[in-house]
Amino acid sequence: MVKVALIGAGKMGISHLSILGAHPNVEVVGVSDTSKMVLDVFEKYSSFPCFSNYEEMLAKTNADAVFVSVPTKFHATMVRKVLESGKHVFAEKPLCLTAEEGKSLVALAAEKAVVNQVGYHNKFIGTFREVKRLLDLGVLGEVYHFTGESYGPVVIREKQDNWRADPAEGGGCLMDYASHVIDLINYLLGNITSVKGTMLESIYSKNVEDAVYCILEVNSGVNGVLSVNWSDETYRKMSTSITIQGKKGKIICDANELKVYFKTNDFPEGYSKGWNVKYVTDLTDSVDFYLRGEEYSSQIDYFISAIERQVPNVINNFKSAWYTDNVISMIKSSNLN
Amino acid sequence: MDRIIFGDNQFFAVNHISDEKSRAQSIKFKEDRAIIKTLDIAIESGINTFMCTTHDRIENICDHIRKNPSKYQDFKIYPCMPYAHKYANAVTEMGYAGTLKHFVPGNFVGSLFKGGLAFLSKDYISIMELLIDSEMKMFKGIQTPVIFLQNVITDLLLGLGMNDILVAFHRYVKKKYGAEAGYITMNMPKLLSVLEANGITNPIICSSINKVGFRMSGGREVYEEVLRTKKVRAMAMQVLAGGAIHPKEAIEYVCSLPNIESILFGASSAANIEQTVELINEYSLTGESMEVIA
Repeated sequence: MVKVALIGAGKMGISHLSILGAHPNVEVVGVSDTSKMVLDVFEKYSSFPCFSNYEEMLAKTNADAVFVSVPTKFHATMVRKVLESGKHVFAEKPLCLTAEEGKSLVALAAEKAVVNQVGYHNKFIGTFREVKRLLDLGVLGEVYHFTGESYGPVVIREKQDNWRADPAEGGGCLMDYASHVIDLINYLLGNITSVKGTMLESIYSKNVEDAVYCILEVNSGVNGVLSVNWSDETYRKMSTSITIQGKKGKIICDANELKVYFKTNDFPEGYSKGWNVKYVTDLTDSVDFYLRGEEYSSQIDYFISAIERQVPNVINNFKSAWYTDNVISMIKSSNLN
Repeated sequence: MDRIIFGDNQFFAVNHISDEKSRAQSIKFKEDRAIIKTLDIAIESGINTFMCTTHDRIENICDHIRKNPSKYQDFKIYPCMPYAHKYANAVTEMGYAGTLKHFVPGNFVGSLFKGGLAFLSKDYISIMELLIDSEMKMFKGIQTPVIFLQNVITDLLLGLGMNDILVAFHRYVKKKYGAEAGYITMNMPKLLSVLEANGITNPIICSSINKVGFRMSGGREVYEEVLRTKKVRAMAMQVLAGGAIHPKEAIEYVCSLPNIESILFGASSAANIEQTVELINEYSLTGESMEVIA
């Protein structure tokens, strides 16, 4: 049994808690939150020990691992405290507000030799994993362009009053939404090494951007476009997709559907010349407990398995999330608006 | 429950395998009359139950049903609540407290917060009851013999171990609406054990049941074992696994299982609706499933 505590029972925290609560190898030993009402509900209806102070929880619960799902501005302090206490950490994305803060957490996690993971769940989606496999096989030939996109209905009117509307707390489309796409590009195409011209656009928000448009270059020298908008209500929920063009074919992929086009008879097993369509139903392994997408359960399974030394701590570790934080900084400093 | 239940995902652009199809559906069903037309096709095919989310647009559909009582005399609706995106988006925008204040009718939540007192357990149950009432308003005057809790809420509570709230839902819909409670879940075996342990026997549970094991947590075999050995009024959904299985093969499989009381499906075109109904009728008249519908 892995003993797990959680800091921050907001929307992501509560989802993690439910999956952890149902996990056969996990015992939830503590939940901390600053909201009296949230704690009150947990005290009355769940069997989880509750704490209003996370440091008290860290001291009292003897947890092996801690989930940190609080607004990004608190990550640097809270994740550090958890690492200093020698516990494994799962932190929500993005890792930190600045690349400098993240760098010191990467170093501390390495020094403490604990499992460290960040919640970029797209890498646990069957369709994107298949894209990674295909690219590693080199089936597209020379890749010459990509487009990473994400659209959804987070801010669709002018009135907004919460931490997502405050840049100092990690709000804004770049950190909250675009970070997912940046992280996916780093994973699939290689780390982004430069950002060439960015437009950060405010549509409804006053203090943060609602859309991010820019041109990126990855370490292989390939250029691509990033287009992200969280004020698009024609999407029912967040929809992330990637299009990759190579000299021998093309990939269009989102969380549900993978479309691959091969120009010639040079294609991998299970595919054919021309268009191929595969669905997440064919590419996803079933999980033991499903809440809101297999990927949310799979990333937690992976973290717990890494603590149990069943898998290496390579997917979504702090270092890879820190690369994403770096790109976020590069995008901010190249804003033309 | 009827053998065949018509679902609403296609009306609200919920498509589990393709964003393109989802957009096409959103365009096709932009007008309420397109939804009503499709519902009427389903009724002509012999379907008498519509299971739907408490989406805002359902209110207009309910108005149409109330205005045509003779036409929809035998028509039943199984509401599924809550429409989770409505609340999830609100929590993102307003936080938990703001969301409750916004959606719970009257002054109840406001006065609780104002009082600054610790809430009592019954207060939370009252909040849940008020939310159920507000979601049920649109169905006034329409037969709703089964009221479902959506899977994201059922499974959230299941994972958190908040079993008392699952039970309270069961109790309240019976007391207030004279309805049976139904639970949608992606974790049927686990939910059934929890409900049984909390005194709810032979519950109505709607879950993914399909030949490829899609969204059948723990695996298909576990589900088949539960259906064979336990007491549950099972409704199968996602029988086509989002289109991954050929309809004939999909329906043949589900109809071959014991203890499946109802099959839920949604479709946009007359041809698909009629074909699915025919297949279910055809395979339901063979083998073990005879006992279930007899």
